[in-house]
Amino acid sequence: MSHSDRIQARFQCHFDKFALDVDLNLPGSGITAIFGHSGCGKTTLLRCIAGLQPTKGQLSVLGEPWQTAHNSWPVHRRPLAYVFQDTSLFPHLSVRKNLLYGYRRVPAEQRKISPEQVYDWLGLSPLLKRMPAGLSGGERQRVAIGRALLTSPRLLLMDEPLSALDQQSKLDILPYLERMRDTLEIPVLYVSHSTAEVARLADHIVMMEHGRVVAQGPLQETLARTDHPFRLEEDAGVILNGEVAEVDDRWQLCRVAFDGGELWLRHHEHLHAGMSVRVQVLARDVSIALQEQRNQSIQNLLPATVDHIAREVMPGTSLVRLLVGDTPFLARLTSRSVHQLQLSPGLPVWLQIKSVALAD
Amino acid sequence: MSPEWQAVWLTLKLAGITTVLLLLIGTPIAWWLARTQHWLRQPVAAIVALPLVLPPTVLGFYLLIVMGPDGAIGQLTESLGLGLLPFTFEGLVVASVIYSLPFTVQPLQNAFLALNENLLEAAATLRASAWDRFVSIAIPLARPGFLTAAVLSFAHTIGEFGVILMIGGSIPGETKVLSVAIFDHVEALEYTQAHWLSAGMLAFSFVVLVTLYSLNGRFQPGVVR
Repeated sequence: MSHSDRIQARFQCHFDKFALDVDLNLPGSGITAIFGHSGCGKTTLLRCIAGLQPTKGQLSVLGEPWQTAHNSWPVHRRPLAYVFQDTSLFPHLSVRKNLLYGYRRVPAEQRKISPEQVYDWLGLSPLLKRMPAGLSGGERQRVAIGRALLTSPRLLLMDEPLSALDQQSKLDILPYLERMRDTLEIPVLYVSHSTAEVARLADHIVMMEHGRVVAQGPLQETLARTDHPFRLEEDAGVILNGEVAEVDDRWQLCRVAFDGGELWLRHHEHLHAGMSVRVQVLARDVSIALQEQRNQSIQNLLPATVDHIAREVMPGTSLVRLLVGDTPFLARLTSRSVHQLQLSPGLPVWLQIKSVALAD
Repeated sequence: MSPEWQAVWLTLKLAGITTVLLLLIGTPIAWWLARTQHWLRQPVAAIVALPLVLPPTVLGFYLLIVMGPDGAIGQLTESLGLGLLPFTFEGLVVASVIYSLPFTVQPLQNAFLALNENLLEAAATLRASAWDRFVSIAIPLARPGFLTAAVLSFAHTIGEFGVILMIGGSIPGETKVLSVAIFDHVEALEYTQAHWLSAGMLAFSFVVLVTLYSLNGRFQPGVVR
């Protein structure tokens, strides 16, 4: 059952008030977000994968049997790296010695990433001689990420690396994470409870609830599903990959083309024509009309067909999945509207999208 | 060498050897006590702490019996051709190690308990084996604990009297340490010599402690009360 290009994990463990029971089959590349509310077992899952939490189960990473029914590699023999929420920098070592701690313990022939590369990527050179205690939160997290990357891991585990940071430090770190995702071919499991981080970074997503996996798959596809029991509530919505087709300087808008249509969104300084972008459309910002409504303020009107209706996801509320070309959208409507408009799969409608946000 | 200097030298030698042995023996015990959930943890901790509450004469008495010709350890050392330990320097080392064990183990145990477990886990994910983690993370971070343990053990051994008198007697050059020498002088009403030795010990202890406090700002007196 082991595939050389995938991460397969099956764990079962029981604690006093909590049980983890997961069966995962994840891609061996890109960023996979492990998403769920706090207490759902995200961190425990990551600790099981790292071997920090001894447990029954099986784990195969890119064809290597890290854990079988009979054998489990100890943590320090697993070619992984772990970025902790609290960074766990060694307080008695300088930034340079922290960064090289893992690097020095990896045999020279297995090193694929050089210290100079990492210092350069993460802007660490000015920090090297300092001690961890003197660093800001954002600096500490950059050092922790650098220290992890310098072990040339085959799998990178990140446990809410941004959650302890203030908004500005988050915004400072995100570009580094994106660059890492786009430059390195290391699969990343990224634990988060922030839809904004997931929308911006992830390629795949695992949604967890009460120690179980409720959905897993490619990000866009999985977020657009209405059939899984996971409740994103206010955050339900879709992510689209598109390309900036036009920048309208007069109205400070830009046009993003995606598979099946296009959307206008507010112009941001760093956007230029031809650039790939991710946009997020929340279900609560989408409404439906049976005819095209010309005389109104909403800029984004798209012809669509109803694909699926999940009734009563919350009391009085239904989630409607619609297709624009092949691209799915979600609309959150009152169940009364669904009834009054007599929505049913296959019905052609118009989507009215009140707001579109840039995810990156 | 004058008898006084002989006693000083013997005391320093005993305290030095005892401290080194204690750090070697006490470190694994403290590490185990700090990290285990085993049911034996409490009994072992109690045994280690016994010398804190027992009168030194009681400890010395039992050691005398056990290491004597009819005791288990005595028979063992004799069958190994080592002779008997009471009234020898080696016997004093064994007794001192037992007597000062809590002064090594407790500061170390506290230092190990204060270690942030996350740091050891982080080191494991950075390819460090258990021994490597202990040497590269635990020992440096527990440094103040080691310093405290070493100084307390050294000082406590120098100040030892009851146990030594019980199992060592007062053989010059072999078991007559400073505290015993002072006692002998006072008994013989040689107050001048007693003054010199006592004042010397007072000054020495003061200098050691001042040096320690200034070396290590994080030194916490009162870890062992």
